[in-house]
Amino acid sequence: MLIASLAWRSLRNRRVTTGLTVLSIALSVALLLGVEALRLSARESFSSTISGTDLIVGARGGGLQLLLYTVFRMGTATNNVKWSSYEAWAKHPAVAWTIPYSLGDSHRGFRVVGTNGSFYERYRYRRTRTVEFAAGRAPRAFDEVALGSDVAAKLGYGLERKISLTHGIGAAGIMDHDDKPFRVVGVLARTATPIDRSLYITLEGMTAIHVGWQQGAPPEPGEELPAAKLTQKDLQPEAITAFLLRAKSRIDTLRIQRDVNNYLDEPLMAIIPGVAMNELWSTVKYAELALEIVGGFVVLVGLLGMLVAIYTTLNERRREMAILRALGMGPARIVALFVMESVLLAVSGCLAGVGLMYVGIIALQGLLEREFGLYLRWQGLQWEHAIYLAIVVGAALLIGLVPAWRAYRNTLSDGLSLRV
Amino acid sequence: MSSPTNPASIRLEQVRFAYRAGSPLVLDIEEFVLGEGESCFLHGPSGCGKTTLLGVIAGVLEAQQGRVEVLGEDLRRLSRGRRDRWRGEKLGYIFQMFNLIPYLSVRDNILLPAQLHRGRRGEGLEEMAAALGIADLLDRGVLELSVGQQQRVAAARALIGGPKLVIADEPTSALDAAHRERFLELLLGQARQAGAALLFVSHDQSLKGLFEQQRSLPELNRATRLEGA
Repeated sequence: MLIASLAWRSLRNRRVTTGLTVLSIALSVALLLGVEALRLSARESFSSTISGTDLIVGARGGGLQLLLYTVFRMGTATNNVKWSSYEAWAKHPAVAWTIPYSLGDSHRGFRVVGTNGSFYERYRYRRTRTVEFAAGRAPRAFDEVALGSDVAAKLGYGLERKISLTHGIGAAGIMDHDDKPFRVVGVLARTATPIDRSLYITLEGMTAIHVGWQQGAPPEPGEELPAAKLTQKDLQPEAITAFLLRAKSRIDTLRIQRDVNNYLDEPLMAIIPGVAMNELWSTVKYAELALEIVGGFVVLVGLLGMLVAIYTTLNERRREMAILRALGMGPARIVALFVMESVLLAVSGCLAGVGLMYVGIIALQGLLEREFGLYLRWQGLQWEHAIYLAIVVGAALLIGLVPAWRAYRNTLSDGLSLRV
Repeated sequence: MSSPTNPASIRLEQVRFAYRAGSPLVLDIEEFVLGEGESCFLHGPSGCGKTTLLGVIAGVLEAQQGRVEVLGEDLRRLSRGRRDRWRGEKLGYIFQMFNLIPYLSVRDNILLPAQLHRGRRGEGLEEMAAALGIADLLDRGVLELSVGQQQRVAAARALIGGPKLVIADEPTSALDAAHRERFLELLLGQARQAGAALLFVSHDQSLKGLFEQQRSLPELNRATRLEGA
């Protein structure tokens, strides 16, 4: 098409301005798409913190609270789940597996999780990934501990290090379990989830450090039971904090949830992690919206740069317009020429922007995952992106009408007179 | 009204033009006729409505009164869009200077009228370029050309596709005396060969001897006479 070819050659003739304009649009488009990818990745990272678990069961209370202390290691439980209740559900015929969590202690600000072998075997995050060891193995004896990767990195602990745990979530030194030190036997591989920020011991270990404790208070001096004297009976846990549950068949999930909620022996509640996660995520909707709005304005600024770039050429191009008029180009085609230039700039800007964003994501992926635990993933060019790009080009078309209209006015008033 | 016996490329009768309704007349021409294939030197100092007259003849400006007949078309009866197309297909136009689109090559500049309008043919480019002495410049960028070369390219573009009327608005004023005459000879020769009428406007009276008809715009245009009085 002649108009497109003229527009293209006219733009090519003004290489520097054109290049800078395309660059500014490309940067703004890359930023818009990058923000979008970041938003989706953050959401995906967040919602894939836990996978493969159908229900989270804990003492009756707030569902969000249950999610926070089991999955995100935030907040505390107000009540426990009796060991007998846990066993009853673990052995339930419709249940495939369970992972018990016993919480409440900490080490230098990091939470301690008492659990058993099924955590290392069954727990899934980011759909199919399992908990793995960067070094060592899972704790088996009651005085063994495995560290999440952040814990190991921040505290500089290695294997065989002896540590003591702190009762509750407070600072170390107030109520330490220093009568029963733990030995580091494993360091977990990095997961970029809250798993990295915890220490893992056995359920027996959790019971052992609380032997002789009553009502959350340590035993009187002289009444502590030395680790060596603990018997198997002493180590039998009486309660856990919560457990994760996987049904044999997904269809049973809702029925099990209802049955847990109606459990007669003690007040329990079961939540579906996906539902609860969505609820939690919706509280940060405003942040998402803010990101989108900022992205939109960035693109607007890029397009205004284009407007300025085209507009400033109008005066020097009046001669060109007079020539085109003399050659029988009507005002409509002159408008089309200018709009076409805007559209070409926007389309090149969009293409370059998509490329730039790809490069940016590849460059930043490692850094973001390492430093922020955010797995930045480009979801491929999707409908939403196509719509964004179409909006950018459409906006360019509208903005392009401004200089085009001015050029149209010029050609009508100038006619065939050459303004030099 | 018009005399059908005498075919003309331009026939103006009682033409009046003002830029806005109520503003003073810029053109008031009783009669002006340019015969088919005829060349006319129209003398006009600046400010006598020269560019306005050319705009009316080329169909860019619309006269408020009278009859504007160019190449057999009654321009006042054509819509603006039709006039644009008509101009592109049937006319050649040469400006004083800066005739060329800076981002197109010499060849593309010359062929542009043919590309813009299906009714205009782009054949005979090589021969015309050879006759005008620009054959070896065809693939150059226009910014590399001297002013004289640029004007010859402009002439080639005006003449491409065999228009029956070429309008030249002071095309020689940017050239020095030696090039001026040479350019004019080439232009007249090519126009004659193509059978095109040539309306040549200039304030430089020294050139008028080369034309078949010589007119003075201030005499033709009653609007300037009134203003002068």
